[in-house]
Amino acid sequence: MSDYNFAYLDEQTKRMIRRAILKGLAIPGYQVPFASREMPMPYGWGTGGVQVSAATLTPDDTFKVIDQGADDTTNAVSIRKFFEKTAGVATTEETSAASVIQTRHRIPEDELREDQILVYQVPIPEPLRFLEPSEVETRKMHSLEEYGLMHVKLYEDIAKHGAIATSYAYPVKVEGRYVMDPSPIPKFDNPKMEMAGIQLFGAGREQRIYALPPYCQVVSLDFDDFPFEASKADHACDMCGATDSYLDEVIMDDAGNRMFVCSDTDYCASRRKAGHVGAQGTPFEEDAA
Amino acid sequence: MYVAVKGGERAIDNAHAWLAEERRGDLDVAELSIAQIREQLSLAVNRVMAEGSLYDPDLAALAIKQSRGDMIEAIFLIRAYRTTLPRFGATAPVDTEAMACDRRISATFKDAPGGQVLGPTFDYTHRLLDFALAAEGDIPEAPQSEPRTEVTPHITEFLNQEGLIQTEVSSDDVPGDLTREPLELPSSRPLRLQALTRGDEGFVLSMAYSTQRGYGRNHAFVGELRIGKVAVEMDIPELGFAIEVGEIELTECETVNQFQGSKTEPPQFTRGYGLVFGQSERKSISMALVDRALRWQELGEDNMGAPAQDEEFVLYHSDNIQATGFLEHIKLPHYVDFQSELELIRKLRREAMENINPVQEAAE
Repeated sequence: MSDYNFAYLDEQTKRMIRRAILKGLAIPGYQVPFASREMPMPYGWGTGGVQVSAATLTPDDTFKVIDQGADDTTNAVSIRKFFEKTAGVATTEETSAASVIQTRHRIPEDELREDQILVYQVPIPEPLRFLEPSEVETRKMHSLEEYGLMHVKLYEDIAKHGAIATSYAYPVKVEGRYVMDPSPIPKFDNPKMEMAGIQLFGAGREQRIYALPPYCQVVSLDFDDFPFEASKADHACDMCGATDSYLDEVIMDDAGNRMFVCSDTDYCASRRKAGHVGAQGTPFEEDAA
Repeated sequence: MYVAVKGGERAIDNAHAWLAEERRGDLDVAELSIAQIREQLSLAVNRVMAEGSLYDPDLAALAIKQSRGDMIEAIFLIRAYRTTLPRFGATAPVDTEAMACDRRISATFKDAPGGQVLGPTFDYTHRLLDFALAAEGDIPEAPQSEPRTEVTPHITEFLNQEGLIQTEVSSDDVPGDLTREPLELPSSRPLRLQALTRGDEGFVLSMAYSTQRGYGRNHAFVGELRIGKVAVEMDIPELGFAIEVGEIELTECETVNQFQGSKTEPPQFTRGYGLVFGQSERKSISMALVDRALRWQELGEDNMGAPAQDEEFVLYHSDNIQATGFLEHIKLPHYVDFQSELELIRKLRREAMENINPVQEAAE
């Protein structure tokens, strides 16, 4: 791949993206328009995250990619390979060893440090989009801090279902100003967004970048009498026994038997390495799987 | 016992190998060459160049070969390649009046200076399968005549002499560039035209068709449709003047539309404009109709609420690379979100059932 620049994009484009990132960090939660480029993977498959990662990575970085919390899902493999090829950076599956982590749909279970950057892939950056389809209108609503529509939606959920019927991409308010879409992470992950690491959000098709600087205040929208609740399946991981991790439900056989396992594969593996065993787990062996 | 699914990497490599085999097809059948695609599937090549926004027939032919004839995939390959190309500068605006026309027709006049030239068109062919083409064979030579060397004037300019058609004001402003700056709304006509010329042919066609059927009707006549080669010139700073750097084939369509007049404009004809790489008639006519529909505000017309009048709707949905990517991404795993939905729906059902069941128990 010597025909391409480091991390694929040319330096002019990376500079343009870095400016958008810096602006995003300066105005937490504000969606900064940027001239998204066509990438060699399809829109909707992480082009925003890939462009942000390309503009963020340096040759000394160690890069990790997860999709659904797992390093070995096909699209995570594909994106990791892309940067191995075009940037030649070191890659890892270990959350703690990575300096840049690109993710789709999850925040790692391990707490991130100040020297780590989390890059989210975002399909629809506009939290108000399904309440108001027009971009002209929603930008106006953000500039006027006019978020009544969102509260009415949450209230109607409660009136209809007795609970807020949003389980992922649960809207948050950043530093008391912008309502922001956290990307389609399960609401279980929302409280983790107040973290030490830098969080960057890239939406390629929609041409938007937004960001959260370290220790930024991120509040999930709720009501005093219906407080936000970060929920997960009411089980422990059957492999490693963790009770604090987000779980995937896996159908085991035709009879519909299920087991629950950590969605964060690195978290589960490191716990098993440390000797934790779940209800259906076996002691960890180096050669397993 | 559950073992985490591994092997995504090997599965991807194997899938790619299988794909390459399927692309080649039966090895007993001769392989297609790039030149064959470029010469014999030239309208497909034109579409890939137009929607890929890159004028290079050989690369477009390669993309068609690589994509197994999937046009949107071929356009995607060209777009992804195009974004890596450095930009040296901008050419001077092409002069379509000086076009060497292969085809030039007008529906608004029986004849006009420069004549009606049908050119290589499907228009009056009968759509009967030509089984002779299934067998290989030579084609008879087409009759030849002396090419016209004079400039072929634009037909809409004849209407302009009487002031019957709205004048397009020329401007030296540098138009925006969709591929370098994010689209912000309200946009401008140059940006709309850029989006339309690289927009999906099927989408632009359907939008144009919807205006003909009454959703933002603006009854269009094809004032002129011309196809041919134009020179591309570029100012070279070291030289201080423009030199010709090449030639491209273009299709240009100008429509003449009825206009009753509005609060701000007297009754007069108005225009829609289409300009597309290669021989792309359907696309350029469609583009002109949609362009005209989107001009309602500037001309002081009513917004009928028609999709083709809605700039945001048209511009945000015309790009097939954006559309297909987002559509197909739902094939990717979504099990984390699905899991949270599962838990939510179980919880909501449990509560709903508790509300229903006590009543039944009381009745029993």
